[in-house]
Amino acid sequence: MSRVAIVTREIDVAVLIAEVQSSDFGAVSVFAGTVRDVNDGRSVTAIDYSAYTSMAESELAMIIAEAQDRFGVSAVVVEHRVGALAIGDVSVAIVAAHAHRAPALDCTRFVIDEIKQRVPIWKREHDDTGPHWLDWQDVRSGG
Amino acid sequence: MSTVTVQLFASYAETFGESTLEIPLAPHSTVGDVVESIRSLPGAFFLPKSLRVAVNRKFASVDQLVDSTDEVALIPPVAGG
Repeated sequence: MSRVAIVTREIDVAVLIAEVQSSDFGAVSVFAGTVRDVNDGRSVTAIDYSAYTSMAESELAMIIAEAQDRFGVSAVVVEHRVGALAIGDVSVAIVAAHAHRAPALDCTRFVIDEIKQRVPIWKREHDDTGPHWLDWQDVRSGG
Repeated sequence: MSTVTVQLFASYAETFGESTLEIPLAPHSTVGDVVESIRSLPGAFFLPKSLRVAVNRKFASVDQLVDSTDEVALIPPVAGG
C-alpha cells in the first residue's frame, strides 16, 4: 500500500506508522521533518508552507513509485503539511515498512531527498526582520 | 492569437502581484516561447536565468509544445521538507 497527501492539519506520525504496519514487516522506518528555531544564523519564529497541491501530490506519488521500484518497499506513506506552522511542528512525515531494516531506511532517505529537489512546496520564514521566502536570495541572484 | 494561463506561486506570485498571467500563444508555441514572453513583462527582471516550468503538473522541457488548454505553471525554487 502507498499513500501521499498534502494536508492542512497536524501530522500524527503514530497514525502513519499504524497505517503501514503488518505482521510481514520487521522494520518500520520513520522520517519526521520539524520546524526549527534557527536557519542560516537567523532566529526563526514560524514558517508558512504553501504548495502547488495537485502537482505536489502527483510528484510525491511518482517519488513513491520510484522508491518502491528501487528498494522493493511495498508500504510507504507520506504526508506534507502546508499552512502556518510553529516551532516544533511536524512539516513532513515519511513512513516505510519492509521485512528488513535496510530497504526501509534507504526508502525514507531517498524520499526526503527527492522531496527537497522536485516537489513544488515553498517556505516563507518569519524571523526578527519579518517574513521572507526561503531561497529568495538564490532567486534574486539568478541561482 | 490565443492565450495560455500561467500559474504563479510563492515568491513569483508575490513579486508579480498576481497569481496568474495570460500569455499570448502563437501556433506551435513551446515552453521556451512562453518563458520568453514572460521575461518581456514589466517586473520580470527578478526571475532567475534558469526557470522551471510545469505543464499539466509535470516538469517540462523548453521544447515541449504548449496548447491554450494546458495547465502551465512557473515553479520557484522548491523548499519542501
